[in-house]
Amino acid sequence: MKKRTLALMLSAALCVGLLAGCGGTADTTQSPAAGSNSPAAEQSQTPAGTELSGTVNTDGSTSMADVMAAFQESFGDIQPDVTVNYSGTGSGSGITNVLAGTVDIGLSSRALTDEEKAEGAVENIVALDGVAIVVNPENTITDLTVEQIAQIYNGTITNWSELGGADAPIAVIGRDAASGTRGAFEEIVGVEDQCVYTNEYESTGEVIGSVAGNPNAIGYASLSAVDDSVTALKVNGVAPSEATVADGSYEIQRPFVMVTVEGSQLAPAAQAFLDWAMSADAADEVTAAGCVSPNA
Amino acid sequence: MADRNGNSQQTVQALSPSRKAYNGVMRALIYAASGIVVALLLFLLCYIFYRGVPSLSLEFLTAEESVVKDIQGIGPAVLNTLYVIIATLIVVLPLGVGAAIYLTEYAKNRRLVAAIEFATETLAGIPSIIYALVGVLVFAESLRLGKTLIAGALTLVIMTLPTIIRTTQESLKTVPQSYREGSLGLGSGKWHMIRTVVLPSSIDGIVTGCILAIGRIVGESAVLLYTVGMSMQMQDFFRNGLESFFSASGSTLSVALYVYAKVRADFDLAFSVAVVLIVITLVINLAAKFLGTKLKKT
Amino acid sequence: MQLIFFFCGFIAIAFVLVITVYLILSGLPAIREIGLADFLLGREWASTAKEPKFGILPLILTSIYGTAGAILIGVPIGFLMAVFLAKVAPRRVAGVIRPVVDLLAGIPSIVYGLVGLMVLVPFVRKTFNTAAGESLLASIVVLAVMILPSIISVSETALNAVPRAYEEASLALGATEIETYFRVSAPAAKSGIAAAVVLGVGRAIGEAMAIMMVAGNVANMPSLLSSVRFLTTGIAVELAYSSGLQRQALFSIGLVLFLFIMCINVILNVFLKRDKEG
Repeated sequence: MKKRTLALMLSAALCVGLLAGCGGTADTTQSPAAGSNSPAAEQSQTPAGTELSGTVNTDGSTSMADVMAAFQESFGDIQPDVTVNYSGTGSGSGITNVLAGTVDIGLSSRALTDEEKAEGAVENIVALDGVAIVVNPENTITDLTVEQIAQIYNGTITNWSELGGADAPIAVIGRDAASGTRGAFEEIVGVEDQCVYTNEYESTGEVIGSVAGNPNAIGYASLSAVDDSVTALKVNGVAPSEATVADGSYEIQRPFVMVTVEGSQLAPAAQAFLDWAMSADAADEVTAAGCVSPNA
Repeated sequence: MADRNGNSQQTVQALSPSRKAYNGVMRALIYAASGIVVALLLFLLCYIFYRGVPSLSLEFLTAEESVVKDIQGIGPAVLNTLYVIIATLIVVLPLGVGAAIYLTEYAKNRRLVAAIEFATETLAGIPSIIYALVGVLVFAESLRLGKTLIAGALTLVIMTLPTIIRTTQESLKTVPQSYREGSLGLGSGKWHMIRTVVLPSSIDGIVTGCILAIGRIVGESAVLLYTVGMSMQMQDFFRNGLESFFSASGSTLSVALYVYAKVRADFDLAFSVAVVLIVITLVINLAAKFLGTKLKKT
Repeated sequence: MQLIFFFCGFIAIAFVLVITVYLILSGLPAIREIGLADFLLGREWASTAKEPKFGILPLILTSIYGTAGAILIGVPIGFLMAVFLAKVAPRRVAGVIRPVVDLLAGIPSIVYGLVGLMVLVPFVRKTFNTAAGESLLASIVVLAVMILPSIISVSETALNAVPRAYEEASLALGATEIETYFRVSAPAAKSGIAAAVVLGVGRAIGEAMAIMMVAGNVANMPSLLSSVRFLTTGIAVELAYSSGLQRQALFSIGLVLFLFIMCINVILNVFLKRDKEG
């Protein structure tokens, strides 16, 4: 008897599932249409002015995850009806996607190239980030010049003893080919297309994890992600910090860019988000995320 | 029990030295291999719990993270996982159960059955990185769904379809033929018979299939990473309703694990999420086993 | 009503077709542009260099070596463990170990990668005294651990399906239990065990997230202690960031991987069918 009630209940649930399933598939077929009208446009009958609503889709650099999280949070307090979505897919795809029109704002953790600008990409710098050169805490080296870093990465120096450290081979850790951090690092240090990597990683976390577990390793990572498990080296005698990044004395740094497309009008919600992110009001959020605001 | 354990004294004495050696070596190998696996298991579980448990707390499980206020939390990820599970099951369940019904109740063409079964096996064998590619290509780009919960859920539908078809098929096969004949003999139509007799008696198997599918969804990261994205924010489904499935992106638990481990380099929190996932897996396995034995008895 | 159910059944075939067509359509353009021979046999992968090179021979070889290595380590251990669970262990012990093995299958692959990066990689570096521990060897060990659960459970099922009468006959003829397990039960279960091996191959060749953290991901020609890039990690490492020809080349890698998987599936199907019939 008991089993039968259970079976009945479950089959009832199944029937509901079937019905809902039909609904679900129907939705799916309509969805391309629903996707093409931006939700912001549908809801923009709400009074214009300060109260906006809708969705802002942003996509790009993984290094900007912390900054974007802080922005999403605070902007949610200012405009409660605006949802800001962020996907960390890398600077390259962020720029591609905003040019293709699949997202509202692209995110790049390096300055735009001339070709990208020629395609219509517009650079809006919202923050500055230092790229820290990290080694294992056991390593006795504390200071390198940009020249020495370049020689390590292009394979001229292969042993720590050449730099006054222990007699051990250098494990050169870097990021994958399309990473914004790698792009910025190689450009600033001047080793584009010459790097001889021992290991390439897809993310900042893996670089830090790898360096933290290997006394021979050297790597680079966004300053905001560096913790106690690794040591950030001085570069040309300057230790990386918010102050040295802000005044430019720490050389290896890069901009965090919100990319828009020239000549195309942003939805009101997206425009408001961009304006706010570029203003001095957002400086606290940039600092909370471990970066330096250029607009403070 | 006696034949499972040890030899009787007599047979051992009768063995030639080479047979004795063979027995000894193989037995040692069996115990060594089992010892290695068990030690490995214990080490893995202990290591994960040792790293993960200290930073677990109710607040971490329920809170929404805040960079500004420096709060860590996976509440949104827990909810997103639920949303993805529900959205996937709503679509895959009718499809998978329907396919299984077709295969066991209707299909007469043997070649077609073989083709469908081969297709199911193929789907089951495709690795998730290929599903991630397909999800990006088909749902996110071709159908212009973008990185949304619905794009992820639809990709997972393809991924979990074989599980549902297979378990449902197994349980439909266990329904005695006499039930069907009895129902048809009493004058009910085929669909009526399936609905009132076959499906209710195989409901345990269907639920087991759902549980296994949920297990697959919970552990999946590659597909969801590329199709749903990794926002750690709370999605407001109560206010925006269904529409948010088409506009919202968000991380599930395993994607949150990815974010902590790879993007943030926050390994202890990553292990905490791993502990949560292991506990969920344990519950799912136990539930599937419980229903499985129940299924066998009926 | 029948039509609806037919549609549901057909959808599995439709999905396979859609996946195949999409992978071929998106994979072919890059192969055409690079040239099939240069793509498959090229020894250098430099997708973002000023003069990009898209040779995936190192990736193909790494995937083959890595999978072979994982099978070489994982299958014997998994098979012996299956014998232990199915035949040797007291029921109660087996009843405790089995769910834990199942649990191993449910741990997300990133966790394997994470533990590998923190425990195994430093171990490899210290043991072999190399600059970094990320290597083919570390990947093989992680893969071997990851395929263990499926190998154990499929071989155990196959061993349990051997008719009791075979074993009893062997024992009655004076064979010891160990001899019976390896000379009677195992041969009788061989197609099931072969299916386990093929399933393991499929798992190993398709794994991406875990080995991405321990392989080092530089597209060297494979050697045991050097940093290597698999077909899967080749896609995963660059997918999120790619654009243009690079992105298309990643889809071409996906197509190559898909062809590998399809071959494995066909082989698996043959074994499973033989298992059902015999």
